[in-house]
Amino acid sequence: MNDILLGLAQAAELIVTLNGDLVEITALSLSVSLTAAIIATIIGLPMGAWLAINRFPARRFVIALLNALMGLPPVVVGLIVYVLFSRSGPFGVLGLLFTPTVMVIAQVIIITPIVASVAHQAIRELWADYHDLLISLRASKAQRIGTLLWDGRRALMTASLAGFGRAIGEVGAIMIVGGNIDHATRVLTTAIALETGKGEFAMALALGFVLIGLAIVVNLSIHILSRTERSARW
Amino acid sequence: MMLKRLVIATVAVMIATATQAEVLKLAVTTSFANSGLADVLLPQIKDDTGINVQLLIVGTGQALALGAAGDVDAVLVHSRASEENWLAAGNGTHRREIMYNDFVFVGPKNDPAGVRSADTAVDVLRSISNAEAPFVSRGDASGTHKMEQRLWEEAGLNPEREGWYRAVGQGMGAALNTAAGMNAYIMSDRASWLKFANKADLEMVFEGDPVLFNQYAYLPVNPEKHPHVKNDLAMQLEEWLVSDTGKALINGYTLNGERLFTFNAKVE
Amino acid sequence: MVGQRKTCWLELENVTLRRQGRAILQDIRFRLDDTGIVIVMGPNGAGKTTLLRAIHGLERIRSGTIRWCDDDHADSLRQAFVFQSPVLMRRSVVDCIAYPLRLDGVARGPARKAAQAAAHEVGLTVDLEKPVRVLSGGEKQKMALARALIRAPKVLFLDEPCANLDGRATKEIEETLCRVRDTGTRIIMSTHDIGQARRLAGTVLFLHDGRLVEHAEGTAFFTAPKTREAQTYLTGGLLL
Repeated sequence: MNDILLGLAQAAELIVTLNGDLVEITALSLSVSLTAAIIATIIGLPMGAWLAINRFPARRFVIALLNALMGLPPVVVGLIVYVLFSRSGPFGVLGLLFTPTVMVIAQVIIITPIVASVAHQAIRELWADYHDLLISLRASKAQRIGTLLWDGRRALMTASLAGFGRAIGEVGAIMIVGGNIDHATRVLTTAIALETGKGEFAMALALGFVLIGLAIVVNLSIHILSRTERSARW
Repeated sequence: MMLKRLVIATVAVMIATATQAEVLKLAVTTSFANSGLADVLLPQIKDDTGINVQLLIVGTGQALALGAAGDVDAVLVHSRASEENWLAAGNGTHRREIMYNDFVFVGPKNDPAGVRSADTAVDVLRSISNAEAPFVSRGDASGTHKMEQRLWEEAGLNPEREGWYRAVGQGMGAALNTAAGMNAYIMSDRASWLKFANKADLEMVFEGDPVLFNQYAYLPVNPEKHPHVKNDLAMQLEEWLVSDTGKALINGYTLNGERLFTFNAKVE
Repeated sequence: MVGQRKTCWLELENVTLRRQGRAILQDIRFRLDDTGIVIVMGPNGAGKTTLLRAIHGLERIRSGTIRWCDDDHADSLRQAFVFQSPVLMRRSVVDCIAYPLRLDGVARGPARKAAQAAAHEVGLTVDLEKPVRVLSGGEKQKMALARALIRAPKVLFLDEPCANLDGRATKEIEETLCRVRDTGTRIIMSTHDIGQARRLAGTVLFLHDGRLVEHAEGTAFFTAPKTREAQTYLTGGLLL
């Protein structure tokens, strides 16, 4: 209990004094996870929409696979990405290991199934509403997907934000592929793991509170910017 | 708009990381990183040599694996047998002993196993085993864990299946947290213990047996196996580590007034 | 089929449609040749909706042929369908109406302008920037009608467009339909409102149990129905 209060106090102090290290790791957390969320959105939304409107033999299997991949353990993803991007691995020549880029790649793998799966659920309902109209108007497949994505944008934003939430709180994969290198690949979650390892619970909690605050700020600002909750319009 | 700016910022971060000159990646053990010595050495290394040393803080096993894969330029670890196997497999150019620190035994203040009166590290383990007092082991094939296993072997004991023996399979910090939570005995490197903030009811109960000395060695990754590794930087770093500046900083580093590391590199 | 032979515009031959083994449409055959509104009548479950959807191509028929005599009519982009419960897109009224034009690649500005004109044409006088969801039942149906008319269809299908609407909204929609008919657009519409059928029908197709029971000119059907089923239906009896 005492640790929590200390952590809150320490979090406040770090934020008020704009602690340089804190700003640096927070900025990296934010840019890595937002980039991953954006890429996962670009891949996952059309994938979810495509799965919702197409009927093909392996469809059920693909959807089941997608749902299963939602529970992919980040450590496993981290290991696989590590092996792929290690100097001894197939993409080793790129020299991307222990860089923010490979952290983004790992997170994209972790969260794309989430974004696609949530998008699929949302689009499926919308498709049930729109099906007759779009078929009657002879909308092409691309037009159908475009319409569903646009009209379902609020639910889809939830999909993206769910992906972002998982990414920003993820530690297992980025610890392995990023290496938690100070001033290079250290992000909030890996820093929390490090402080916990040192027994510095108050500091770890302080960073944890910053992480929670960050997630709330990002969610709120995206909702405000896109004005989705302004009124019960749709 | 915001999105655009974020993407630009991200790309900028990535480019900045990718183009930093003279970066050397060094895999080190958690005990070294937790000691705080790195915070003293790295800035001085940068000032003297211009090398920006990036630390990958992992267990000895993973450090050697990263080196073998060519993902780091050198490793600084403390597990002689593993290091020699690693060299024999052609992963590195050579092994250079730099310094040592030591392991200590930490346990409950009231010392239910009575290890304070032990003469040797092996005696400590026998007392713990006799008392069946809770003991936390790293259990992660790290240098610390291997040292602990060697001592159990010398004591002629095989506690791994005992109920009081808890192998956590994690780093030093996590293992210490577990020991603090269980009020158990644990073997730790001195630095990690001194730096550890969550001591709870634990305190140091045994130290000083020479078998507990823990030799750190520096091993550059073999550039013949991995042509991309920065062997020249690795050699430069080694020169600095064994230099008088390095020696002074290593020997002069104290925590709570205690000296943690003893420089013992042989200068050629 | 007396008098001068008119040109046929739609011909169905032996159209059968089954769903889960049950025949929804059985052996439907007719040809349409006059220009009045075609009313599809019959009790619930007779197959009215399915017939409309099959002709428009929304349902796959099991056997038989559906033949449009004129290429203009056959072009599915020149056909439009107003569903019984209007499909409400999550957009403003004007964007909903403009949507078919947007699909055709018309820019947003001109499409919205056309949508405003179409809304005016069907007598939709609400604030067009409102989301469609908040419209009343009649307004929603007018929106759907405006959306259907915006591509200037050659054939217009309406499935019970006035079910659950009050008299005033029904009247406005009927007036619009008559104007549309007079521009040469073919209209096929289902209803089980006998009064509405009487007001609009040029031709009646009377369905019962998936079969076409009677096909007659409007006035003739209402004054002298030939089949027992149609007689029972028109006098308010229950067809079992």
